[in-house]
Amino acid sequence: MKKAIITVVGKDQVGIIAEVCSFLAKNNVNILDISQTIIQGFFNMMMVVDISAIEKEFVDLSEEIDALGNHIGVNIRLQHEDIFNKMHRI
Amino acid sequence: MINLFEVAETNKMIEQENLDVRTITMGISLLDCMDHNLEILCQNIYKKITTLANDLVKTGNDIEKKYGVPIVNKRISVTPIGFVGASACKSIEDFVLIAKTLDRCAKETGVNFIGGYSAIVSKGMTTAEELLIRSIPKAMKETELVCSSVNVGSTKTGINMDAVKLMGEIIKETAYLTKDKDSIGCAKLVVLCNAPDDNPFMAGAYHGVSEADSIINVGVSGPGVVKNAIAKAKGKDFGELCEIIKKTAFKITRVGQLVAMEASKQLNVPFGIIDLSLAPTPAVGDSIADCLENMGLESVGAPGTTAALAILNDHVKKGGVMASSYVGGLSGAFIPVSEDQGMINAVERGALTLEKLEAMTCVCSVGLDMIAIPGNTSNTIISGIIADEMAIGMINQKTTAVRIIPVIGKDIGEMVEFGGLLGHAPIMPVSKFECKEFINRGGRIPAPIHSFKN
Repeated sequence: MKKAIITVVGKDQVGIIAEVCSFLAKNNVNILDISQTIIQGFFNMMMVVDISAIEKEFVDLSEEIDALGNHIGVNIRLQHEDIFNKMHRI
Repeated sequence: MINLFEVAETNKMIEQENLDVRTITMGISLLDCMDHNLEILCQNIYKKITTLANDLVKTGNDIEKKYGVPIVNKRISVTPIGFVGASACKSIEDFVLIAKTLDRCAKETGVNFIGGYSAIVSKGMTTAEELLIRSIPKAMKETELVCSSVNVGSTKTGINMDAVKLMGEIIKETAYLTKDKDSIGCAKLVVLCNAPDDNPFMAGAYHGVSEADSIINVGVSGPGVVKNAIAKAKGKDFGELCEIIKKTAFKITRVGQLVAMEASKQLNVPFGIIDLSLAPTPAVGDSIADCLENMGLESVGAPGTTAALAILNDHVKKGGVMASSYVGGLSGAFIPVSEDQGMINAVERGALTLEKLEAMTCVCSVGLDMIAIPGNTSNTIISGIIADEMAIGMINQKTTAVRIIPVIGKDIGEMVEFGGLLGHAPIMPVSKFECKEFINRGGRIPAPIHSFKN
């Protein structure tokens, strides 16, 4: 399984999760775990997703989800999980 | 599984503390390009570099997107041209033609610098190497992206003082030929002692003859991350301070290792080394000076600065070596002046002098770096500064370097603007006392003794 981490940070509003999840569904990305909180009015979400079945290039998916973030006014990042594993696990 | 806090910590480093991978440098051997005919040599060089490094920039950009970590520079280092051009080049112009070929390769592949317009003359100069050195001023004037370095000494060989004397003249001539652009030619020229074969950082990068046909070396960075970690250790004792630096360096280096392995895989080029350097940029917060000041100094340059830098340098290495299988290059903390806003501030407030910087180079990873001095400084005084720095490297078995810019037409206190990563710097005063007779002696300083260490 190839995993990636999605982080969403921005001002809270209606429909953030809906937008992100429908984008992921359209692109065949399976959500494995979600944690989400609101800190001082700011929406913070982290998703662990399975990207084994994506048809697009990872780089293109990353650009598209970034554009989606700009469209709805939040900051969305899609990163391969290895950067976190390498940094935080020996 | 990775948790929210760990993800947030990594992304905070990237977004707020300027964590980046400073450079992916592809080392390319040009030994198989050699030919008696200059035209064929240049064609071979162009073909080899543009073929091997064709995807370097794109791969760097893709990896940047994959992991969400900026990869600031993509660069190329080549076999020292002093070797490569030896049989084909009969004049200064011949060598300049190779420099222009390298410049074309850099532009074609989209990298931001190409290093290796170099000569290794730590014991003696061949005719070709002397010609290459004499061609540096013209090459620096007529190219944009080519970096040049000259290794004039080593612990094993001693110091080639003829080369030191010559480099004083060459630096001045380079400054003069590029005087329209604040003598920027000198920012692309470095004089080294004990230069490593696998350094990915400019201006001293070249692909040594001990290396494979092509390799990927990666230079990590992250002074901003280390600074913030040190700031959290306010009031803690040295043991805890060192522990924090080590842990932070480990995390930074693991990112570098990840990027290096991925680049190596995607480009199908073997991985060489990770250079564990903390390399500052002119961006606010991305500063070695800030790291040192956060340890408790009123300003860089204050008593205690050398000790603070020694701690930083040593613990960056201790944390980094565990994070990477192969560590090499320069590895440590760079202390350039123009590329570090904290250093610039310290010079402007009168806290940091050239002499203190020289002392700091005994414990930093390289040497006197990106220091602007008055344009009327004599050739022999520049050679004297180089000789001092080379002696520090030779005796202490470390790499030392001098990248000094005598800015033609400017004097102490005036500002000079190099732009981009090279930054800006106030012109620093230099001792007015001459060392002409010493430099003009010529010959070599013999290699040092390796026992009786005091």
